[in-house]
Amino acid sequence: MRYLPLTEPDRRTMLEAVGVSSVDDLFTDVPKTARLESLIDLPCAQGEWQVERALTAMAAKSMSAGSAPFFVGGGAYRHHIPASVDHLIQRSEFLTSYTPYQPEVSQGTLQALFEFQTQVAMLTGMDVANASMYDGSTACAEAVAMARRVTKRPGAVLSGGLHPQYTHVTVTLSDYAGFKIKRAPASPDGVEALEDLIDDQTACVVVQYPDFYGSITDLGALAEAVHAQGALLIVVVTEIVALGLIRAPGDMGADIVVGEGQSLGVGLNFGGPYLGLFATRQKYVRQMPGRLCGQTVDADGRRGFVLTLSTREQHIRREKATSNICTNAGLCCLAWTIHLTLLGESGLRKLARLCHERAVELAEALSALDVIDVVTPTFFNEFTLRLSRPASQIVSELAGRGVLGGLAVPRLLPGEAELENLLIVAATETNTDEDVAALVTAMKEVV
Amino acid sequence: MTGGIKTTSGNRGLQQEEELIFELAQPGVSGVDLPGTKGGPSCLGGLERTRPIGLPGLSEPEAVRHYVRLSQKNYSIDTGLYPLGSCTMKHNPRLNEKMVRLPGFADVHPLQPVETVQGALELIDVCAHWLKKLTGMTAVAMSPRAGAHGELCGLMTIRAAHKARGHKRKYVLVPDSAHGTNPASAAACSYEVKTIPSKKDGRVDLGALRGALDEDCAALMLTNPNTCGLFERDVLDIAEAVHDAGAYFYCDGANFNALVGKVRPGDLGVDAMHINLHKTFSTPHGGGGPGSGPVVLSEALASFAPLPFVVTKPQGGFDLVETAEQGTQALGRLGAFHGQMGMFVRAVAYMMSHGADGLRQVAEDAVLSANYIRARLEDVMSVSFEGPCMHEVLFDDRFLQGSGVSTLDFAKALIDEGYHPMTVYFPLVVHGAMLVEPTESESKHSLDRFIETMRALARAAREEGAAARFAAAPQWTPRRRLDETRAARQPVLRWQPDSASAEAAE
Amino acid sequence: MSDVKYTDQHEWVRVEGELGVMGISAYAAEQLGDIVYVELPDIGKTVSQGDEIAVVESVKAASEVYAPVSGEVIEINDALGEAPDKVNEDAGGDGWFLKMKISDPSELDKLMDESAYKTFVEGLG
Repeated sequence: MRYLPLTEPDRRTMLEAVGVSSVDDLFTDVPKTARLESLIDLPCAQGEWQVERALTAMAAKSMSAGSAPFFVGGGAYRHHIPASVDHLIQRSEFLTSYTPYQPEVSQGTLQALFEFQTQVAMLTGMDVANASMYDGSTACAEAVAMARRVTKRPGAVLSGGLHPQYTHVTVTLSDYAGFKIKRAPASPDGVEALEDLIDDQTACVVVQYPDFYGSITDLGALAEAVHAQGALLIVVVTEIVALGLIRAPGDMGADIVVGEGQSLGVGLNFGGPYLGLFATRQKYVRQMPGRLCGQTVDADGRRGFVLTLSTREQHIRREKATSNICTNAGLCCLAWTIHLTLLGESGLRKLARLCHERAVELAEALSALDVIDVVTPTFFNEFTLRLSRPASQIVSELAGRGVLGGLAVPRLLPGEAELENLLIVAATETNTDEDVAALVTAMKEVV
Repeated sequence: MTGGIKTTSGNRGLQQEEELIFELAQPGVSGVDLPGTKGGPSCLGGLERTRPIGLPGLSEPEAVRHYVRLSQKNYSIDTGLYPLGSCTMKHNPRLNEKMVRLPGFADVHPLQPVETVQGALELIDVCAHWLKKLTGMTAVAMSPRAGAHGELCGLMTIRAAHKARGHKRKYVLVPDSAHGTNPASAAACSYEVKTIPSKKDGRVDLGALRGALDEDCAALMLTNPNTCGLFERDVLDIAEAVHDAGAYFYCDGANFNALVGKVRPGDLGVDAMHINLHKTFSTPHGGGGPGSGPVVLSEALASFAPLPFVVTKPQGGFDLVETAEQGTQALGRLGAFHGQMGMFVRAVAYMMSHGADGLRQVAEDAVLSANYIRARLEDVMSVSFEGPCMHEVLFDDRFLQGSGVSTLDFAKALIDEGYHPMTVYFPLVVHGAMLVEPTESESKHSLDRFIETMRALARAAREEGAAARFAAAPQWTPRRRLDETRAARQPVLRWQPDSASAEAAE
Repeated sequence: MSDVKYTDQHEWVRVEGELGVMGISAYAAEQLGDIVYVELPDIGKTVSQGDEIAVVESVKAASEVYAPVSGEVIEINDALGEAPDKVNEDAGGDGWFLKMKISDPSELDKLMDESAYKTFVEGLG
């Protein structure tokens, strides 16, 4: 078998050295009833081309985003990834290396993490960032847990503009940790009165920027109201490219910024693995979950990098850890930092501008169709439309015409009558004039 | 500087010194060509950013060189043996990388209409099927992003099951040899943690366990084989005791590589077990992640599995249960979207390549290799527990007593010999632990070279002047020992422009 | 020689009028290695003898510190924030953790004096 180097003569020599006649003699601690005599009922070993044929046929049963006019967002976005990103992350020393616990042989990973942390802090306008979490939704839940530790208060307020799955994750995890959540109702037009829900038991208020429906709101006033009550403002960013064009949450008073980094370097991947970004103020650094990379010097006085402040983590604090998290997003982190380094400031700002322009164009073209209203007056690259009939049906009919036209809000928020006809449409730099025309044409037919 | 002549550049042959991107970049440079913007109206509500972000940009040649140079400072599985106990550093097959990049897996959005992603849903279903068959369990929750996330998921299903039965149980039992994620996960679920001692033979004390079980116990969290590399012989009695107390048996599946294809956790009375796809099923470690930790579940826990899950439709084809309205008893949601699809594809390619026979061989070779190392080192190093081990062997620092060389120093000296160190100071049940797991991907030649090196180091540790030599290690790495105290006392967690260059930029 | 008392968890307390100044012993600091951070309680916190009152972190470990006597925290040593190495350098002096108002002075009688503690440490080997 191509992945197993030991030969039968090797095994015989090794068994002799160990002093047993068969490898089964090494499994005698396993209760007899649990020792399988025969093979498990699964197919036997296959060669590369057999596996490739089977999986290629399976993959062909899906409609890839690149094969159709594509406008789906809702927390994951299709952007172009430069060829060198994938090439670099496949280098052996990045792909097959372990967590950098032995820093002398991991300076490549550690330096890339230090650069990554700096880029995240810069982009979000915060003081310090960690070396990543699993994804945006778990980063959001961890931020709420962190706010509880910092303020020692038991409650949180979640905006109605927070991604429904992020809300669900935060509620699930908080529930198990004994934390009380207040949820504002869904706010497709971006207007809500969160201040009314804050009291002296509130540890934090969580808002999304731009929000799930696309709206961009100035968070300054909310930040003041939140701080006046002694709570923390947590800002969630699901489309990180937006920060290339709009003001940083850190500049508006955020205490913790979490986000989904998927847009840069990572690709759609049917939902994972993705990349959680987590940034905060210097004063809260010891309460921050996740891995942290820090700068130091070696025995020769040369600059080097190590994982640091590990005493917050599970392998040391065990039940008193800031989180049980053990991995970070590793290779996704690297892909993100490489992509952003290639873009640079000028590239990111241009990219963001292109996405916004395409979205504005699209919104105008669609609202020109009489039966469609744009519900979100402000947006970055994603906006919400109110249609004349249920959005889920529209999405299906568009797909039937070979167009992946957007996300029907009821898919994530079923059973809410006032949301039934809402469709969220996203545009990126990968959308062409032909794509826009195709969507407009198909929409004319189905609405 | 050690190891030869000083150079002017600071480089040493192929070993290049490399600055930070912030120090290399010039303003306005980009490695990506984008079309021109048109400058039309904007809908940003006056929130357009005004001040610069400060991000560096590199052209493609500069970026490629930067990251290639960084990569050359890393050890990796492709470089050499990684004897890291508990981590299962096996070969990462390249077919897996090719398959995950197929457009039908890589370029599909999780929220596309379900009819347009049938192939992707099928892949998740196939992965789930293999995991259930290999473990002999009823159901599997695919959504956890990593092992620790899976532990949390397992404990949450247990909590949900107790709640549904009207029980309010307060604590979880954890052996003293457990990995830190176990008690951390229990605490995240609002459970208290009670520790069970291990016996002299390294296994859980069944008597102590029986004594500790009462109606307030929600679950036992056990690793099997345990973190000392030993199979818990009393596992069936343990499972019975736990179930008799009305509690559930959670198994930490980190060491599944010793059992895959030969033993099914379902046959051992396990109720929930997370599987580390990045350990047993070869998905790459990627310098620290991403992982994937699906959790197999028994009949008793199956209905509480979190959202989402893939279901087969009676008329054929696949559907996705995503919301609470669709999935009634599900305990909630642990992460947005559907889980680590990229790791599922790699794991399926791995499982299909090995098949039932190949996977059984994996466990056998992994266990044989670890015992071979034990047999060839037990006369010069101190093996912590008598008798055969499973896929990993535990040593402690008794063989270094009186030498002035610590486990840490020994590990650093191993780096100079061209190896990543084994797991050190874990588990905590022995002093100065060294946990060695070769995996089944090492040739005998590779194992013999490693063994010879370890034998030589063990001898060298008892020689004159050993303490100084070992304390100075490593000497041959891009950086020598790093000052971790300084990093923790004065944390510098990002680059900052110094005031001179910041002014120049304005 | 001031009246310093020790616990078997290696904390010391020195009475200064109504207040007790506490810290960890030089032996404990040595065992912990380079100390990188000390997590101190809030002023006003009340504790009973033996309650967890602080946490000491070295690079690879975090250790709980327990109240040698019952009382109320009146003052904490802010200097340890910038210079946790004071605990390694002068555990019994500049490396003090906090001052507390002692609620029950008789608790001091249960603790070890300097020479008893010295014997205790020697017995630990």
